[in-house]
Order: sequence, then structure tokens, then C-alpha cells
Amino acid sequence: MSLIEAENAIVEEFSMYEEWLDKYEYLIELGKSLQDYPEEAKTDDKLIKGCQSRVWLDYKMEDGKVVFNADSDAIITKGIISLLIGLYSGRTPQEILSSDFSVVEKIGLKENLSPTRANGLVSMIAKIREVAGKNM
Amino acid sequence: MVVNEIREMFPALSRKVYGKDLVYFDNAATSQRTQSVIDEWNRISAESNANIHRAVHRLADEATQAYETARDAVKDFLNASAREEIVFTSGTTAAINLVAFCFGEAFVGEGDEVIVTEAEHHSNIVPWQMMCQRKGAVLKVLPVDDSGHLMVEKLDELITGRTKIMAVTHISNVLGIINPVKDIIEKCHSKGVAVLVDGAQGAVHCRVDVQDLDCDFYVFSGHKLYAATGTGALYGKKKWLEAMPPYMGGGEMVGTVKFSGTTYAPLPMKYEAGTQNFASAATLKPAIEFINLLNDSELIKYNDSVRDYLLEVLTKDERIILYGVPRGTNEEKIPLFSFTVEGVHHEDLALILDKMGIAVRSGQMCAEPVMDRFGVTGMLRASVAPYNTMEEAEYFVKCLNRAINMLM
Repeated sequence: MSLIEAENAIVEEFSMYEEWLDKYEYLIELGKSLQDYPEEAKTDDKLIKGCQSRVWLDYKMEDGKVVFNADSDAIITKGIISLLIGLYSGRTPQEILSSDFSVVEKIGLKENLSPTRANGLVSMIAKIREVAGKNM
Repeated sequence: MVVNEIREMFPALSRKVYGKDLVYFDNAATSQRTQSVIDEWNRISAESNANIHRAVHRLADEATQAYETARDAVKDFLNASAREEIVFTSGTTAAINLVAFCFGEAFVGEGDEVIVTEAEHHSNIVPWQMMCQRKGAVLKVLPVDDSGHLMVEKLDELITGRTKIMAVTHISNVLGIINPVKDIIEKCHSKGVAVLVDGAQGAVHCRVDVQDLDCDFYVFSGHKLYAATGTGALYGKKKWLEAMPPYMGGGEMVGTVKFSGTTYAPLPMKYEAGTQNFASAATLKPAIEFINLLNDSELIKYNDSVRDYLLEVLTKDERIILYGVPRGTNEEKIPLFSFTVEGVHHEDLALILDKMGIAVRSGQMCAEPVMDRFGVTGMLRASVAPYNTMEEAEYFVKCLNRAINMLM
């Protein structure tokens, strides 16, 4: 699936949930499904600044593709980062940078988070873009 | 007086969030305002907006009257012996900074000691740390026990001949236990130590009598007390306020100004440099009038029943760890409940409760040392006001349960 297709699929998935609690439930499930993140990788350099809860984002390059792994001590935040990883992990830096990341607005995530949490989301996206840019 | 009559005085309480009735349980951070408070602010802004104390014209006179009448209301509210002992500030933080700075300048030197407690809000720690750094003084800390009570018995070993002042919260914004400040003051005074009481929560939940307490300073914020934000007061014993130097220099705090030297205005103006936030300060009067209405036996009984219900539910639920548990009767606990849930992050709970229409606080609550004391990164806090109902408390418990189940 191309990145645009994957982003559209998420938008469609989210549109099925009318209630915000259902969206949270979906994010919680996503958070729980995130693969184990090693404790020793929970270092300050992988910590994303600007989030109220702690979020770590790590990555490695495999065959020219960026493979992300992440964790958070808060599960909804973990669900959000999981959603982002689901979209952008395993893609080339070019692909990642071709996205306008408007998906988070389309699913209403940004406007429904308080400004402090929205900042965290912006920080996560900035970090993903930064990693892609560094590995072009 | 029934709770619904009280609720009707607060326009914010009838609003909805996300299509659901708002349940406002973040009162310890900021309480909602009565219509009378909003009206007073509007009235001054619309009709009597002029700089206080300075001009002789009608508008200035009206603004000054409103401001000074509010001072009388605060004096009566705290039962201070004189209106000169009431200094308006922008809130508790500003009042503590004022005392920490001015008291420090006048009375604290190198090697002297200041005592705070482990239960303090950052506002009652950092200004003292800054003063101690400036003066080369030492900051000492009175610990809290596992139930959230101050270990007052340790005070004797903490106080030395070098101790100048102790700063203690009347009620911690995290633990919600009414501290035995009167005993602390007595003990400190017997050893010549002055005491500042942080009344940010205490002024809201206790009937404060500064003469009976015999505290040297008592400070509080208006915005937790149904008044406009940016308001608050410092009560200080006249002997201290007179002996301390001014905090800020500027207009209205002076007697005469010459380049050869300046004399200062009498109390309380000495500490009120510059144009004051008079439209907001004036709202302390209707806010205090409202507080006096709350002293109604029926209503108090009802408010206590809400507190007792939440206390019982939160202490009995095995998934929940409550911080600040009364040892004796429930009377020593205010309706403020900070807790954690095993295996669940406080931020997740707050996010979900928000979408259910419930406003609670999550995080460190400006009290990192308390978080460290109990070994957590943050807590969830539900703080209840006299306008909150039993139905809201029950809805909160139901939603909390649902949120925990979603996250477990």
C-alpha cells in the first residue's frame, strides 16, 4: 500500500467512530499492539520533548527504509505514536518526506487534543521528519 | 440553602463540553466565578474605569472605593486587626515572593535557616530557595508521612538558633489534609521563628482567623476563591510589614521622591507599587460575600456527604492509591483527592474523563517533591467545590471506573 493509500485508510477507519471514546479505545488497542521497546533504549536522546507523558522514538535503517520503534508510559499517547509508526515505518525517507502529515488533522486528533498534547503530537511528527531528512 | 441555588449563581456550570454536562472537578486549580463577580468586573470596566488613588474626579473615586472596599472585605474575611495589614497582590505566588524577598532582605543573613515542608507547592519552595541562594542561607525541609500528614514532631530538631522563618501550607494542593498550622505557629514562635502560611487552598476550605492563628503572614489567591484571576492578598503583621523594605519601587508606594532620597508611603501602599489590578481586586468583595453564604448548616452537611462518599469510594477501591488519607475524622480532609491507579497512566485517565465531560487535573500539580516523596511521576486529582453535587460525584465514580477498565 502506498503511503497516501495508507493515510486514507486511517482516515476512513477513524471516520467509523463517531464518539471520541471509541476513538480512544481504538488508540488504546493500537498502543497495546506496539511491539516491545527495549528498556535500555529509553534514553534521553530518544525522548521526544514537548510531550506531557514520556515518549521515546528509536529507529534503524533497513534496505534504505526507516524502521521506527517507540514507546510511551501513557497508553493513548502510545496509540498515537503507534498510529504514526504504522504509517511511516518501513518506508523510504523520500516517501516519508513526501507526506504533508495532514492525516492527523483529518482524523481530528490535533484539534481534539489540548494545546500541550497537540504540541507533543507536533513534536512526534517533527522527529519522524527529522529522522527521514537525516537519512536521505 | 440547597446546592442547586448555589449552582445557579455560576454561569459556567450550566455549559456543556463535547455535548455532555460539564462536571468541573478542577476547583483546586481555579474555581468558577459567580455572576456577581463577573458583574462587578464588568461594572468597573464599563462605568468606573479610572486609575485608583490618584485623581480627584468621580470615576477615580468610584474605582478607588471599589478597590478599598474589597480590602475591607478581605480584612474581615481573614479577621485581620487592621486594613493596613492587607496588601493586594496578583495571587499567592506574588505574595510569597514578596515576603521571601523583603523578609530575606531585612532579617536573613549568611548561615541563617529557613524551613519549608515536603508538601509545598513550588510557589512556596522556589522563592525561598532563591532567597536562600541570595543570602547564603540554608533551606530545611519538614517531611510528610505515608498518610500525607506533616511530621510536626520533627520540627523540634529542625529549628535551631539560626532559623528565621518557616513557610508552611495550610492545606497541600495535592494531599488535601488540613495541617495543624496553629500548633506549628505556636512551636515556631516559642523559638522566635516567624511563620508564613500558604492559604491558597486553606482560605477556600477553612474559616481563617489570622489573629487566632497568630501567623505572621497569610497569603491566598482570588481565582481559587470564586474571584477574578490576577488577584490575591498578603496578610502581614504590622510589625513585619513596617520593618521590611518595599518590594517594588514605583508610583503610589512613595511619600516624597527626591533624587537625594525617597520616603515610602504608609501601609499597605508601600507594597502596592504601580497601577493595581483594581477591576479584578474589587471582585474579591462579591466573592467573599458568596463564601459567607456557604456557611449554611444544610449546605455544609450536603458538601460533607459528597466528600465522605468520594473518600470512601477512593479508599476502598483496591486499584486506587489515594494520597492524603485522614487519620482521625474526615474533618481533617478537604474534598480534594489525588490518586494513582496501578498500571494506568494519570494522563490517559484525564484524557478519557475529559471526553466524558469531567474536568480533572493530571500531572505533578506543581509539587514535584510530593511526587518524589510518594515515588510517582504524577497523579490524577479531583477537587470538589461546594457547588458540586452528589450526582456529579456518582457520575465521576462511574466514569472513572469505565476509564480504568478501558485502560487496564
